[in-house]
Amino acid sequence: MKTEEAKTPRREFLETCGKALPAWVVFFATIKAGTLSAADETEVYDPKQHDYAMGIDIHKCIGCGRCVNACKIENKVPAEPYFFRTWVERYVIPAEGEAQVDSPNGGRDGFPEMKTDPDIRRAFFAPKLCNHCANPPCVQVCPVGATFSTQDGVVLVDETYCVGCRYCIQACPYGARYLHPEKKVADKCTFCYHRIRKGLLPACVEVCPTQARVFGEAGRQSSPLRRFLRFNDVTVLKPSLNTNPKVYYAGADREVR
Amino acid sequence: MALWEDGLSARKLPQQVIPLVIIFAAALAALIIARKILVPKTFGDLGYYRAAAVDEIASQPISYAGSKACLDCHDDIDQVKSQSKHRGLSCEVCHGDAAKHVEAPDEVKPIKPIGRGYCPLCHGYNPARPTGFPQINPDLHNPGRACMSCHNAHNPMLPHAPEECAACHRQIASQKTVSHHATLTCVTCHTVPDGHLTNPNTVLAEKPKTKDLCGKCHAQGADSPAEIPRIDLATHGGRYVCWDCHYPHFPEAAR
Repeated sequence: MKTEEAKTPRREFLETCGKALPAWVVFFATIKAGTLSAADETEVYDPKQHDYAMGIDIHKCIGCGRCVNACKIENKVPAEPYFFRTWVERYVIPAEGEAQVDSPNGGRDGFPEMKTDPDIRRAFFAPKLCNHCANPPCVQVCPVGATFSTQDGVVLVDETYCVGCRYCIQACPYGARYLHPEKKVADKCTFCYHRIRKGLLPACVEVCPTQARVFGEAGRQSSPLRRFLRFNDVTVLKPSLNTNPKVYYAGADREVR
Repeated sequence: MALWEDGLSARKLPQQVIPLVIIFAAALAALIIARKILVPKTFGDLGYYRAAAVDEIASQPISYAGSKACLDCHDDIDQVKSQSKHRGLSCEVCHGDAAKHVEAPDEVKPIKPIGRGYCPLCHGYNPARPTGFPQINPDLHNPGRACMSCHNAHNPMLPHAPEECAACHRQIASQKTVSHHATLTCVTCHTVPDGHLTNPNTVLAEKPKTKDLCGKCHAQGADSPAEIPRIDLATHGGRYVCWDCHYPHFPEAAR
């Protein structure tokens, strides 16, 4: 009797196991699929987790214009000397009177040597680009919604949707936009959005030989920009306009506007 | 009164309203259809813009590969460069956009700036550059010679001290070669300490201090060839030293 009792549960157990086999297969399959989809989720880019910004150290800029050159090549900006996504300005501060600012071909070919005048107090270079304002006037005025702030804090132009009305070019207080002569749409710096989404640096930052340009995320501890903002006394251009720019300048004179 | 109480008449729309309703309905349908056709698919998903544009811009091709891509093959050069003053430079600063080279290393070769045109973009003298940044005057610094003939771009510090004084003092040397002092070497008059070759700004070469040095050749009783002009060292020029009036590197031109 005892042996009979012992036998039946074992058979039942094995039978149950056999019946449950498909369930096991499904169970393990779901676990595997679950881990895979979890891995996929870490790969998926979440724009809300990013907040891109740039720092520019005026003290380090040598005015070589490599950033302008790289930007034009990377973004296929027309070569004519009046279309720029980024450009470098040279400021010459005399003892008396207005500062002189020049930017021959955006600084792409370097700067011709200037006359050494004893009246000149200081001279320096200031790279300029779209400030990717958190409160962008260009986006406000776009009548069709072709320019916009992305969730990761970059101001972009949808070139298939832009009607080329030039309102945004007028509205930008930094002169960062131009009308593309062939596409007839507004064009501007994208922080090399196609590069940063691939984990690369913007072209201008990549080629800057003196690390005068720093790219990163203001909200991320490990970002080099965080260090830049901590170690430098930073300013933004035209703060009174309340555009809330995200290009931070270290060592910028009040003449830099 | 009787009309309104009749249920049939109450349900019937006034005749003049019917075409209006049809027109309005048609207009509304046309609006909805037009909106469906004209407004792009993803417009408004994230904001007042076409959400698909973000990914379209993100998927544009790159031209600059980034210096990490270079290290896969050229780590030997990176070892040299990472110890040098050029350690902060990305390869593509000088070699140009190289994404195509990364894709097809044998077919597309990146540029190699040789000659004298490229280096002065950074190292040419410009007063607006930050103090202390190494700069030269391209017109005076060894004119005609390629930068690469003395400097290795991956480790630009000079590997050896200059062999001739003219390497740095080109202007003086070229003037001296057309003067009567052409055959004199620099060390005839200047004592050059060893350190001057490696640290020219801190260890200076010495210049003559008294008339006696010129007197070795030009004094009345000097032991030198007869064609050399003689002066009476004690009276000529009075209290002035020779180089107050004669430029030693071009003595023909009296000041």
